Amino acid sequence: MKELTCIVCPNGCSLRVEKKDGQWEVSGNQCKRGITFAIEEMTHPMRTISSTVRTSFPEVPVIPVRVSAEIPKERIFDVMKQINQVRVEKICGTGDVVIENVLGLQVDVIVTSDILREWEKEQK
Amino acid sequence: MNRYDVIVIGGGPAGLAAAISADRRGAEVLLIEREARLGGILKQCIHDGFGLVRFGEKLSGPEYVERFIKEFRERRIQSSLLTFVTDMKKTDHGFVLRAVNRSGVHEYEAKALVLATGCRERTAKQVQIHGTRPAGVLTAGTAQHFVNLQGKMPARKCVILGSGDIGLIMARRLTLEGAEVLGVYEVKPTPSGLTRNIVQCLDDYKIPLYLSHTVTRVFGEQRLTAVEVAEVDEQMQPIKSTRKRIACDTLILSVGLIPENEMAEKLGVRLDTKTKGPVCNHRFMTEVEGVFSCGNALHVNDLVDYVSESGELSGTAAAEYAEKMGSTKRREVSLNTDASLQYLVPQKLALSEGLDKVIFYFRSREVLKQGTLVFLVDGKEVFHRKYRNLKPPEMERLELNCTSFGLSDASRIDVQIKKEGDI
Repeated sequence: MKELTCIVCPNGCSLRVEKKDGQWEVSGNQCKRGITFAIEEMTHPMRTISSTVRTSFPEVPVIPVRVSAEIPKERIFDVMKQINQVRVEKICGTGDVVIENVLGLQVDVIVTSDILREWEKEQK
Repeated sequence: MNRYDVIVIGGGPAGLAAAISADRRGAEVLLIEREARLGGILKQCIHDGFGLVRFGEKLSGPEYVERFIKEFRERRIQSSLLTFVTDMKKTDHGFVLRAVNRSGVHEYEAKALVLATGCRERTAKQVQIHGTRPAGVLTAGTAQHFVNLQGKMPARKCVILGSGDIGLIMARRLTLEGAEVLGVYEVKPTPSGLTRNIVQCLDDYKIPLYLSHTVTRVFGEQRLTAVEVAEVDEQMQPIKSTRKRIACDTLILSVGLIPENEMAEKLGVRLDTKTKGPVCNHRFMTEVEGVFSCGNALHVNDLVDYVSESGELSGTAAAEYAEKMGSTKRREVSLNTDASLQYLVPQKLALSEGLDKVIFYFRSREVLKQGTLVFLVDGKEVFHRKYRNLKPPEMERLELNCTSFGLSDASRIDVQIKKEGDI
């Protein structure tokens, strides 16, 4: 049996998970997402990551990005390496993709702020 | 003179929500913000997890707040950015504000004020650390500003003092960007931040958390070269024999947040010693008639969703107050809490205003596997609810219909958490 803290939502339920007759049994969860989380955590832990990418605009030197869906925990630093190679040359905003299908993980790296667009507007 | 029904001070999540709801209620609104952009601290909170309660989605800080900025703009609510309020006075008709910005000094009149000024981080000066004054000692929020907005790395090898949420978030952020985080030192025997942040920010990256430990000294002339850490005893006093020197170039502080109420105090608003924010009733009005408080200025929240909620409620209440100013007499009853609660917001109920939907926010004093929140009116129990896993860092929200409590001006209300076995 393993004890985990669910990180899906701020409730942070204390979960107990164990394998019985080849089936995962989860207790301590207050919702269904806790079950999915516990099983994933035991088999292939997934995480989302947020970071920033460089731009070529000195007034807004970096803009925030995140992965569009969860990625395997063990690939976090590989994805970070990809993110750190990006340099944004054009004005873009929330939801725009900066890396499509990063490392073939079926997940995009997307911009999460309109700060560049705002800045461009202010210049006019 | 510029006249408004409601002036909101602060353009973060609380102020935006307050301005939007006051506008929705038909008030003439002005929002004053000292920075160049709306959004407050969320501009630099690029991690995800915002909006789970409100939108059912995991958003980053900028994404969350941009939804409110969009609505604020669509409603064409007036705002004055890069504007700093320097003075506020209560008059017979409301308030007169003086503010400075690039075009000079301006005066504004308002019937109601919403103070949405957020909170500040405690700094190195507010914690006892001996030694030199080298560069490299900064708050977690400052580190976050460097990394996430300026794209600069403030640390290569760092120690974090305090296990507040921003400190935990920055431990992960700096690790992702290639810094080495040697450990998080927390003077208390339990963490200050949310459990999920301990898991996803420290455990995931194998960053050690040292409870009942503190930083006692810093070393270095120009730049920080090392810190001295020590275990603390039950009185939180460092134990000399456990002192250890750790080489590092940065010390990041995440030692608590204090509601920002300089403006409120100028107006004579009384503060609660527990929350460090104004004492207010369930319509978020402080003890100074017409002055409302919300968000982290009222009490430090752990979720932005509740910051927005209190903003919204206070904005609506301020607009309604402006509309019928002075026509109702204040009738309030205080909520008395004992040591089982770290705090309870609101501190008062306004008897002449809708008691059918009152939202309470509270924190337990102790970590409790099981506890029961009890409301007593004149010694008689009128409500109780059981809770599992009450923790001081995790705020609870409760929506209650208080109409059946049979309250009058002379009622005494007590609110307590009873431990398992007490009942």
